[in-house]
Amino acid sequence: MEQRPAPASRAARLRALFLSTLYISAFTFGGGFVIVTFMKRKFVDELHWLDDQEMLDMTALAQSSPGAIAVNAAILVGWRAEGFAGMLIAVLGTIIPPMVILSVISMFYAAFASNPYVALVLKGMQAGVAAVILDVVWGLGGDVLRTRSPLYIGLMAAAFIASYFFGVNVILIILAAAAFGVLRALVLHRKGG
Amino acid sequence: MIYVQLFVSFLQVGLFSVGGGYAAMPLIQNQVVELHPWLTLQEFTDLITIAEMTPGPIAINSATFVGIRIAGIPGALVATLGCIAPALVLVSLLAFVYNRYRDLSLLQSVLACLRPVVVALILGAGLSILAMVLFNGASPDLNAVDWIGAGSFVTAFILLRKFKWNPILTMCLCGAAGLVLNLLPLPF
Repeated sequence: MEQRPAPASRAARLRALFLSTLYISAFTFGGGFVIVTFMKRKFVDELHWLDDQEMLDMTALAQSSPGAIAVNAAILVGWRAEGFAGMLIAVLGTIIPPMVILSVISMFYAAFASNPYVALVLKGMQAGVAAVILDVVWGLGGDVLRTRSPLYIGLMAAAFIASYFFGVNVILIILAAAAFGVLRALVLHRKGG
Repeated sequence: MIYVQLFVSFLQVGLFSVGGGYAAMPLIQNQVVELHPWLTLQEFTDLITIAEMTPGPIAINSATFVGIRIAGIPGALVATLGCIAPALVLVSLLAFVYNRYRDLSLLQSVLACLRPVVVALILGAGLSILAMVLFNGASPDLNAVDWIGAGSFVTAFILLRKFKWNPILTMCLCGAAGLVLNLLPLPF
């Protein structure tokens, strides 16, 4: 049976946590799910700080909580590894790379976007971005349709009509759906128990 | 006070974007284009393009970009802090509840109802970017369609859906097509 390695000193573990999250965040393109896979490889397979089941639970929690999946996963892994200090270190490691990269880009953006050639490239890329987003929606929306649940399909249609045609505030729509979910859970709970 | 406004706006983005990735996009658009005059739709679309091309969550990328343009480095820090503050509290709390009860049935029911709604909201944000591509930010008019943009969009969509191309590669191709086709003396 595999043993966890002897615990390194707290400072060494915090340093490893910071460098790992920094590295993962700097080189992961493609959003939350990709970063969770990299975290598993690092913290489960390499450092043995977590086991498979814990990582699965953390992924579920990171997806279910508000906010970016990468930041949520860092919070959970950090807490588990080194408590409150670990959480802060892991979150810092996760947000520093995008902050540095976007700061540099935004400082050059004005000069950059007013260059006619760059503007043409950016404009061309926007067509690609629209395609990427609508491709994602196609996949996710297909999943919703395949549930064949009138409830979910109805919610999707209602939310689209409310936001796109009537301009209802997105936060109101999200709150209404969350409230609906709570009510439904309470009703199902009462029926079941 | 601009720092407070930035903080509160991105606090709402952090608090209400559930499901990761693109879920934050309609909320960011709502806060920085519709509720506050911080970015034009054109700049917001550029921001999403840049966020797609760089590592890191869209919400953090947007907080940094908008913060720095509105109020410099302190603005970027305040906006990013607002963005992660809800998660710092809520994720810790949820982890605590989860470890104690190992039961997420209420949360799962809420999520099951939120998921289709979030898909609908992302669709709305995607359509506004598509309208930007097709009509160059003007109101929809069939006589003023940008055919290069429309052609790039359809090609990119097919490459992604049918041939499972990598998104970044697809966007780079569209960027190159935009540059080359717009510089060529085409008859339209």
